[in-house]
Amino acid sequence: MTDFKPLEKKLTGLENKLKKYRELLLANLVMVGEIPAPTFNEDERVQFILDRFDEAGLTDSSIDDHGNGIGVLSGKEGKDSILLNAHADTIFSQKTDHTMQVSSDSITGAGVADNSLGLAVLATLPYILEDLDIELKKDLVLFAGVKSLGRGNLEGIRFFLENNPFKISDAICIEGIQLGRLSYSSIGMLRGEITCTVPESYDWSRFGDASAILTLNEVINKINDIRLPKRPRTSIVMGSIVGGTSFNTIARDATLGFEVRSESQEVVEDTGSTIGDIVHEVSSKTGDQVELDIFARRSPGGVPYAHPLNECARSVMESLDIEPRLAPSTSELSALIDEDIPALTLGITVGERTFRTNETIQIDPIFKGLAQLIGIILAVDGGYCE
Amino acid sequence: MSNKLQKWIDKNTYHHSEFWDLKKLVEAKEKKNLKISLCLPTLNEEKTIGKEIIIFKSELVERYPLIDEIAVIDSGSDDNTLEVAKNYGADTYLASDILPNLEQKKGKGENLWKAIYQLEGDIIVYVDADISNIHPRFVYGLVAPLIHRDKVHYVKAFYDRPLAFSGNVRASGGGRVTEILVRPLFSLFFPELTGIIQPLSGEYAVRRDVLEEIAFPIGYGVETSHLIDVYHKYGLEAFAQTDLDKRVHENKPTQALGKMAFGILQTFIKRAKALGVFEKAEHETILRQFQVKENHYEQNLMEIIEEERPPMIEIEEYRKKFKK
Repeated sequence: MTDFKPLEKKLTGLENKLKKYRELLLANLVMVGEIPAPTFNEDERVQFILDRFDEAGLTDSSIDDHGNGIGVLSGKEGKDSILLNAHADTIFSQKTDHTMQVSSDSITGAGVADNSLGLAVLATLPYILEDLDIELKKDLVLFAGVKSLGRGNLEGIRFFLENNPFKISDAICIEGIQLGRLSYSSIGMLRGEITCTVPESYDWSRFGDASAILTLNEVINKINDIRLPKRPRTSIVMGSIVGGTSFNTIARDATLGFEVRSESQEVVEDTGSTIGDIVHEVSSKTGDQVELDIFARRSPGGVPYAHPLNECARSVMESLDIEPRLAPSTSELSALIDEDIPALTLGITVGERTFRTNETIQIDPIFKGLAQLIGIILAVDGGYCE
Repeated sequence: MSNKLQKWIDKNTYHHSEFWDLKKLVEAKEKKNLKISLCLPTLNEEKTIGKEIIIFKSELVERYPLIDEIAVIDSGSDDNTLEVAKNYGADTYLASDILPNLEQKKGKGENLWKAIYQLEGDIIVYVDADISNIHPRFVYGLVAPLIHRDKVHYVKAFYDRPLAFSGNVRASGGGRVTEILVRPLFSLFFPELTGIIQPLSGEYAVRRDVLEEIAFPIGYGVETSHLIDVYHKYGLEAFAQTDLDKRVHENKPTQALGKMAFGILQTFIKRAKALGVFEKAEHETILRQFQVKENHYEQNLMEIIEEERPPMIEIEEYRKKFKK
């Protein structure tokens, strides 16, 4: 059993020490958060992060061919590297009001938790580590990844992992919320859209019985009837629906966004193929055009519960009175798992109303979350996780 | 005069991006041994004040020590403005607690005026507390001309750069009260002051030597009176102006603008009377507005002569026709 005592000593009082960086971190959060960054349009946000890396004296910072922002904090030995990842994109469009509101104890605004806070931590960390005289042995690679969410399908981080020159020993993904989150495994996932379209040639004299929404409803009912196994755990999330244009016009198009998630890759594939059959069946029955577009997949995997990185993370969290909440992930962690890089995802603070324009995070717990992150970096760097 | 004014515009109009190198700016400030105070006048601004202080403190106190103090001077907010401001490290004052022996007055101008007494800076930069897209440029863009040029005493903000416009020439200028009231008044009586693109903007940086020499209307007229008084005492060369790009704030309803215009008009008439400008035999007939051509600001001059016809009864043909 690894002796964490020397590390715990380093963590004593760290949370309080970090409070002096409150304005620096929150200013970065507000400034980065007010730059819209829908998936595929993250350039301006990444440039902001790069400017911060440059100002902090990170000489090797750059934007790669895919638009990812990368900064390197060189370690004393630099034999291998710790990757610190925060995705740069958000689910909000350019047109969404990205204004942040700061009160005494919270910050509210579109994407503040997912993942402006993660990016702000990335941007502020070099300054904090330098000011606290923390010098690592390993290189710390700070990565603001693009094209992560939705149709982005982790394109940014996958490109980086295929093309980077670093020897990455471990990776930590930072998400704004929730503090205590500890994800170390990825579940199998298949993400897609089903679009129903009433054909142009439709006989409009058949008053009232033609509607893309009705057809999509038929598809939804059939998906709902799919019998899913209790073990391995499996679910189908029907997450979004868009269709029609007005109260009194027959809907010509309707689209369902869904995800199949399972601990078993086989079940994911079987369920995906059943959905494909449903789409064909409904299409042939109604004469409407029904199309299935699957644009993202993840394979289940990850490090075991007893992996040293996991143990380290839990010890650090427990020493800071953070109760670890274990949950699988389908985010960038999956790409790291695919490359056999020991990795985990952490949350920095607590928050609510996620994915809404009035998403809110609490300020005070951020310092515990930051202490946790620095603690885990120190643990990895100090050889506690080997 | 048009040439002289255009020369002034070309020489004294800046864009904040010219001052992006904060390290250099701080060095220049330290070389001149200047102290800079930021004053945020407030009345019920809890929604925006926290963000302003965080950004100014992080960027312009901790990262680049351009500002020596951040002070909130409040008119007596009912909300948590002062609590939020204090929480993020600003010095907070109630205007009524400053110079308490004087008769109490309430208004933004009062807060700005009392800042001269309360704050220590050789330069005071005033920034409204209701800006939702706050950025360090709102301060460094205004103080930089004062740091770099000793002859400049008063730097005014203006806001431009719309996201999209068609053609290569576009109208530019201030808000509704500026374009409908102040610009026509300045065109008539103080044509040189029309060079100031947004005379009513609430963001400006001024040297203490100038601030202590001018009177402060307590209400809406403070910006207008400053321009007239500083112009009268020091001339146009004392002014500079900086484009701070976009400023996002809540739009005021027309009725509120009416109140504002009424206050400004009172201040204007008082100043104009004192300076005797109404007695001038002939007024200007050129309205001076602004346009931007390829990022170059130029005045758009329009001769508007309000000709009149006499009462019809004085026309001979009319009298003949109607036998009058």
